[in-house]
Amino acid sequence: MNWINAIVQGVMLGGVYALFACGLSLMFGVMRTVNLSHGDLAVLGAFLVAVLAAAVGISPFFAVLLVLPVMGLVGVALQRGILSTALRTGEMSSMLATFGLAIVLQNVLLEIFSADSRSLDVGSLATAGFQLGPSVSIPYLGALTVAVAVALLGGLQLLLARTGIGRAIRATAADADTAELVGIDSRRVYAWAAAIAVATAGLAGAFFAMRSSFSPSMGPTQLLFAFEVVVIGGLGSLWGTLAGGMVLGVAQTVGAQVDPRFSIVAGHAVFLAVLAFRPQGLLGMRRSRT
Amino acid sequence: MSPSTEPLTARAGGARRADPATPPVLSARGVHRRFGSLVVLEGIDIALAPGEALGIVGPNGAGKTTLLDILSGAQAPSEGSVTFQGQDVTRWKADRRCRRGIGRSHQVPRPFTGMTTYENVLVASVQGGSHRRGAAERHALGVLERCGMLAQANRPAAALTLLERKRLEMARALATDPQVLLLDEIAGGLTDAETDELIATIEQLRADGIAIVWIEHVIHALLRVIDRLVCLAQGRVLAEGEPDAVMSDPRVVEAYLGSAA
Repeated sequence: MNWINAIVQGVMLGGVYALFACGLSLMFGVMRTVNLSHGDLAVLGAFLVAVLAAAVGISPFFAVLLVLPVMGLVGVALQRGILSTALRTGEMSSMLATFGLAIVLQNVLLEIFSADSRSLDVGSLATAGFQLGPSVSIPYLGALTVAVAVALLGGLQLLLARTGIGRAIRATAADADTAELVGIDSRRVYAWAAAIAVATAGLAGAFFAMRSSFSPSMGPTQLLFAFEVVVIGGLGSLWGTLAGGMVLGVAQTVGAQVDPRFSIVAGHAVFLAVLAFRPQGLLGMRRSRT
Repeated sequence: MSPSTEPLTARAGGARRADPATPPVLSARGVHRRFGSLVVLEGIDIALAPGEALGIVGPNGAGKTTLLDILSGAQAPSEGSVTFQGQDVTRWKADRRCRRGIGRSHQVPRPFTGMTTYENVLVASVQGGSHRRGAAERHALGVLERCGMLAQANRPAAALTLLERKRLEMARALATDPQVLLLDEIAGGLTDAETDELIATIEQLRADGIAIVWIEHVIHALLRVIDRLVCLAQGRVLAEGEPDAVMSDPRVVEAYLGSAA
């Protein structure tokens, strides 16, 4: 039954990965920008939640709600201050710019908070859970993370499919120049997309920090996992991002069940297998840009 | 014939005669466009009277599409200005001009892939036409019906045929409630019957008071609709005025039809 437990734990872990990947996927889908500072923005979110919770003496869950709009503004600043200029000179410029931002963020966080690991204290919720049969336990925090990931990705899917701003985002993603010719302010759309993407990065960072320790240097690793999730799930599909998160999480926990050393390697192996045999991802469609 | 910024009197027997005293709804003055050492437009002056239909012809590379880009805001002129409804809009981006009333269709249709036909038109209705909720939906459906695309409303735009894509291109531009519609070679590749339908649609738009700038290689279609014709060649206005007179101008015949004519 340990295998079943490993799969269940993998799904929980997958919830965090799906949260991480959500913003990365959105930003790439809309602006064709691979935001290499995505992982570090998530770490920034985790630190902001930790500082706010400690300073005001509130629950990290409440602090997350206050930090999300701040992270949204960080996203708008990122778009207006760095990406809008970089995008004009090509996709490579925006990648380099976000790479630079990642290094700056890591070092600023290191300077302020030192290299020590810390974690977000969520009290007894960190370890509490319920038994499902003799050897399968469901931690409440893990279940909550999965629920938040499903709600977030489902909510974003609804936003994109049913609302005016959602259709404007999809039109801009398909063809930004033509979108402007039907009255869509692409700068505003990009700012919205960046705000949503960075806010979800902050949310992911906070949930990660609740389940394990974090430090200023963990951003690049999380970026790598998020990137793998997007590729496994398929570009342009938010449900694919959720599925990709679950697949990567399960691959890592099942790999760890075989041998703890195999955990990360198993995730990478699944990523490479998807890239080799289904490059459009599990739920992605072959994209054609016209 | 010298280029003029004054809207000319419409063709004799045409549907509409523009009053010379009426200020132009859209005009370009002294427009140059250069890409490095390549000069695409060189001192273009054109003006469009309210409700007027202006045709633009010219050989390939004459700068017709670039001129339309500059009028719609997709490109900025290297020199010169664009005025819309008495306001200098040279520095306005395309989305702002669209919301103010300049609609545009592309020569090669560019539907938003990943969206249905209806969504393509709805997004234009909301963003460009500033319609809200139910009104936006009714407006989008009305435009689809007008362009004969209602039956295709729920099909993915990527799955449409060329003719349907051209109609969608027109419907999407109309959904933004333009006062000026810029059309780029929409009759190319259509059968005679389809061209007749297209002309009927455009005539209806004119009846609604929408001014039109129409670039077209299908001259016989163009001549059935327009009040005035401009011939561009090598980035300059070669001839301008009453359509039949422009088409029979020896310089136009030589530049546009080549030595074979």
